Amino acid sequence: MSAVKTQNNSMRYDLQIIASWIDPGSHVLDLGCGSGELLRFLMNNKKVTGSGIELEEEKVAACIEKGLTVLQGDINEEVPDYPEQTFDYVILSQTLQQVYEPDTLIRAIMRIGKRGIVSFPNFSHWACRMQLLSSGYAPVTKQLPYQWYNTPNIRVITIKDFRKFIHDVGLKILKEVAINTHSQDRYGKIIKFLPNVRATYGLFLVGNKQG
Amino acid sequence: MSEYIEHDQEGISVGIVEKKFFTFADPPDEMVLENGARFGPATLAYETYGELNADKSNVVLILHALSGDSHAAGYYKEEDEKPGWWDIMVGPGKGIDTAKYFVICSNIIGSCMGSTGPCSTNPKNVQPYALDFPVVTIGDMVAAQKKLMDHLGIEKILCVVGGSIGGMQVLEWTVRYPDMVVSAIPLASTTKHSALAIAFNEVARQAIMADPNWNSGNYYYGPKPNLGLAVARMIGHITYLSDESMRLKFGRRLQDKGDFSFNFDADFQVESYLRYQGKKFVDRFDANSFLYITKASDYYDMGNQYGEGSAVKAFSKATAKFLVVSFTSDWLYPTYQSKAMVKAMKKNGLDVSFCEIEAEWGHDAFLIPNPRLTTLIKGFLERVCRENPK
Repeated sequence: MSAVKTQNNSMRYDLQIIASWIDPGSHVLDLGCGSGELLRFLMNNKKVTGSGIELEEEKVAACIEKGLTVLQGDINEEVPDYPEQTFDYVILSQTLQQVYEPDTLIRAIMRIGKRGIVSFPNFSHWACRMQLLSSGYAPVTKQLPYQWYNTPNIRVITIKDFRKFIHDVGLKILKEVAINTHSQDRYGKIIKFLPNVRATYGLFLVGNKQG
Repeated sequence: MSEYIEHDQEGISVGIVEKKFFTFADPPDEMVLENGARFGPATLAYETYGELNADKSNVVLILHALSGDSHAAGYYKEEDEKPGWWDIMVGPGKGIDTAKYFVICSNIIGSCMGSTGPCSTNPKNVQPYALDFPVVTIGDMVAAQKKLMDHLGIEKILCVVGGSIGGMQVLEWTVRYPDMVVSAIPLASTTKHSALAIAFNEVARQAIMADPNWNSGNYYYGPKPNLGLAVARMIGHITYLSDESMRLKFGRRLQDKGDFSFNFDADFQVESYLRYQGKKFVDRFDANSFLYITKASDYYDMGNQYGEGSAVKAFSKATAKFLVVSFTSDWLYPTYQSKAMVKAMKKNGLDVSFCEIEAEWGHDAFLIPNPRLTTLIKGFLERVCRENPK
């Protein structure tokens, strides 16, 4: 099924796709890098250099112990410090839905990076739509497993919304893929037909208009 | 800092070590100090652990804090009760693995732990220098350490690591001799003291200078200003701990009694602890050294010295890979200061990792066994060693 040849099936499926988009030898910043799964894969397999930013001490420590360059901090505060066009790619995987000011952040990302890679859970997946329509409660799904009152996912984003958002902030979508998978799943498939309804995640490669 | 020295629970140690001395800057080739004065001869005490490899690429230089010394690890003799001050971190298989790295711990000029300082003999009049000793800076300390590296034939240092004032020396190394430093780990440190830190240092200095025995620094032939130095140390200990750690360690518990004494003896455990630490300190430390080293740390302002007031500009001289570590409860060198240096490093595109370790023990947390700190340092060192071109 998968059109993307993935080299590492132990990594989250969306990260496998993100990795496949990154040119070897690039300089990368991974925002919300967790325990450094993607960064380590990129360093080992694509000779990528770069660093990550992560809020949780335990995950930061796990990264540094593995030999990764990682800063503990809030991505919204840390991103603006970098000089312009420091990175070839800035990655924001499954974090956009938790960001308070997504437009400020995406502009900051595109200032410090030549390309941005953004992935997020698609809120207009049919399971969300059906729950809202049939039960009248805010949807709780595998990808968005929280109640409205305890969710860290404060932003409701659909694949269509994101396309419009990128247009509104004056950026350009260079590549997009919609996938169907559970977030921890090592396997998934690319959705080409009705992605906004059928895909659980959207992945976008974003560039500046002139670039 | 010595009160934290603990034996490794598993008894692993570098074993018997020896304090060595290196004397340099003999007239007429004195060191030129930052204050413009010429100074020499100067001696540095140092220790080494592990073996220098063939291409001299495995050097780790440890720099100590205010009251530390060159004795970072191991024992001088088998009967020694305590190992060196960072024995929990330095040894075979430890965070700084002496089976892999050639570890050097250098004392600082101005100290009283074997290097030339105010208690050393002034060759000009064969008397202790006392206040004739020049006011040295962190930069002077590092310049002296550079002479030691030259003497040992070391051109590249894989990692310079130190906490607190040792961290200031680490930072100084990265901008003063950038070509020599592959990586650097400033722990619980800062590019410049806050007014709070200077204030505590000043109160401590005043305590020493108010002791009639201090006698303008000339006490080497008479009674020492032990009361003043003890109070200075007590003040220091308050700043090294934290509200939380003092609450946990002492609370309002009384020392060996069920009720207040209704006099001015030490009633509370915290009083008794501070008195004990103060008293213990005067046996091993020189009051004038305390004045000189705290002054050097207060004067330190890396941004001013190397960047016309800007830390960002100062770090543009650095090329090292950095691991910056702060501790949540450290109010003497708080996390915001580490974050500020990290920011300045980022703005220069430097390779920097930063971790704020959740720790209740305040500024002294870096001296206390902490598995997180150990694995951070270990992982970072392994990486810089792997990436270091041979």
